[in-house]
Amino acid sequence: MSSQALSTILFLAFVALTLGITFWASRQTKTAADYYAGGRSFSGAQNGLAIGGDYMSAASFLGIAGIIALSGYDGFLYSIGFLVAWLVALLLVAELMRNSGKFTMADVLAFRMSPRPVRTAAGVSTITVSIFYLLAQMVGAGALVGLLLGVTSPAGKAWTIVGVGALMIVYVVFGGMKGTTWVQIVKAVLLMGGAALITLLALAHFGFNLSSLLGEAAAQSGKGGNFLIPGLKYGTEAQGLAGKLDLISLGLALVLGTAGLPHILIRFYTVPTAKDARKSVLWGIGIIGTFYLLTLVLGFGAAALVGSKTIAAADKAGNTAAPLLAQAIGQTFLGDVGGTILLALIGAVAFATILAVVAGLTLASSSSFAHDLYAHVFKRGNVTEREEVLVARVSAFVIGAVSIGLGILAQGQNVAFLVALAFAVAASGNLPAILYSLFWKRFNTAGAVAAIYGGLVSALVLVIFSPVVSGSETALFKDADFAWFPLSNPGIISIPLGFLCGWLGTVMSKEYNAAKYAEIEVRSLTGVGAEKAVKH
Amino acid sequence: MTTQEHDASVYEEVQRSSEFQELKRRFRRWTFPMTVAFLVWYLLYVVLSGWARDFMAIELLGNINVALVFGLLQFVSTFWIAWAYARHAEKKLDPIADKLRHEVEEKTR
Repeated sequence: MSSQALSTILFLAFVALTLGITFWASRQTKTAADYYAGGRSFSGAQNGLAIGGDYMSAASFLGIAGIIALSGYDGFLYSIGFLVAWLVALLLVAELMRNSGKFTMADVLAFRMSPRPVRTAAGVSTITVSIFYLLAQMVGAGALVGLLLGVTSPAGKAWTIVGVGALMIVYVVFGGMKGTTWVQIVKAVLLMGGAALITLLALAHFGFNLSSLLGEAAAQSGKGGNFLIPGLKYGTEAQGLAGKLDLISLGLALVLGTAGLPHILIRFYTVPTAKDARKSVLWGIGIIGTFYLLTLVLGFGAAALVGSKTIAAADKAGNTAAPLLAQAIGQTFLGDVGGTILLALIGAVAFATILAVVAGLTLASSSSFAHDLYAHVFKRGNVTEREEVLVARVSAFVIGAVSIGLGILAQGQNVAFLVALAFAVAASGNLPAILYSLFWKRFNTAGAVAAIYGGLVSALVLVIFSPVVSGSETALFKDADFAWFPLSNPGIISIPLGFLCGWLGTVMSKEYNAAKYAEIEVRSLTGVGAEKAVKH
Repeated sequence: MTTQEHDASVYEEVQRSSEFQELKRRFRRWTFPMTVAFLVWYLLYVVLSGWARDFMAIELLGNINVALVFGLLQFVSTFWIAWAYARHAEKKLDPIADKLRHEVEEKTR
């Protein structure tokens, strides 16, 4: 049997299992709290796994291993930013949000502000960030099927995007948060298991001597010692000062973006109490940290055992590094059959990874549309719970369909920058609004609206006029040149600007409500009046 | 007086209480400086990755160099801070928060 056939069978088994879960979850989903927050009945450990499943995208699994395999150490810079970011979520956001919010990020912001403008801004930002992230994952799915299943025709890739999109719609529309969470838990277990297995085999091949694995990787890369230090991809000496500032800019967006990503924030609502939210993040940090340590070995292992040249020939961005390593290591230990089995396994895991992440993103954006924009902005709160959940399901369908369409249109385009852009927008707009809301007494509606739009617009404008969109070989529009901003990552400007806009908006408005601040401060720190878990 | 106004005055009363002020102080005195510390520590790592590559290239043990050890130390510090925060929260924050929550829930019942 070919690895493509085996991969397809394993993947279909995952699909069957997750559809079963979705069917079960749909029967358990009755109220709005069930649909949006999984009844708030997940344990800290379960939610921690789901956080891992939600966060570890194909970009971090295949992408980071690929960057390490091709450019060496620089891929590790990404992993570290993605991990340290969780401390912002743990120390400043997770518990306080669980205590003061209900279903969406906007719940916390609207707590002591004029609800309509704040919910509009938060809804716009949530949907923008989620669609960017979603689009990157969808295009990635199309590229992945080409690499793993040998489907190379544009039509074949388009059908893959349709298939991934259709499954994601089914999970979210029928399973809601409960179904999505279980899909993410299953995926996290599979991904950790698969990555750990390949890592162990790769280390075993070098007698568990990391130094000799690194030495072989450096030798096979053709770049020698430079392969093991920063500077081959980000902030290369050739790029000069702009390149190095770009590195700082990327680092800032990664470390500050996570705690502002809507699909991550809504995960804190799925547990019964703030203490469970804390436990979930602790589990999440353990799982995500371990995973990034595994990808370090996967990336360098692929460079050592497959060789950077072979990996670059299969895919310019190196996305097949981990699957190719799985094949090579399987062959070494178990012959051709072993290679086939491990390649198939990693291929199926990669698809499961994409599905779990896109489902989380679709849920976050449709929840925000239904709860923030429809129920509170359009209908001013005059909706029944039934109607709101129905709107959430319909909008999940629409957002899914739109992202399928955009994914097909963007096929073959270099859209990897959209993930970094989503982090930059989250760090520039969402994070200042959340932190000011929780910790700054004087903060008000004008400040919240200014922070979100200021951060969102400045990040978008800077990226539009950056080398990733025009004026460079790798740009989205290679033939045009309207770039005037020298960095690919806007964070270094847009994050301070978002915080500044929030401050400026606040001091320019006279609005100030001491009683409401007392309420959110007491509630967020003590858990008084926090939403309770649903009992079935 | 409506319930909402009643609730609001309860929250302001709690906010003024010395116990709540102690909870807030314990929370902020730990998390704010720690956030600054880990952000500075992380930025130091990124800046050295950009500007001190000769330093990062120093080999410590076979092919294991400063860059790798520095990166791994970011993992160690993240795990340690997460663990330390959980301990701090359990010992110093949860008892006061739980007590205040029970008190307010009694009053607003």
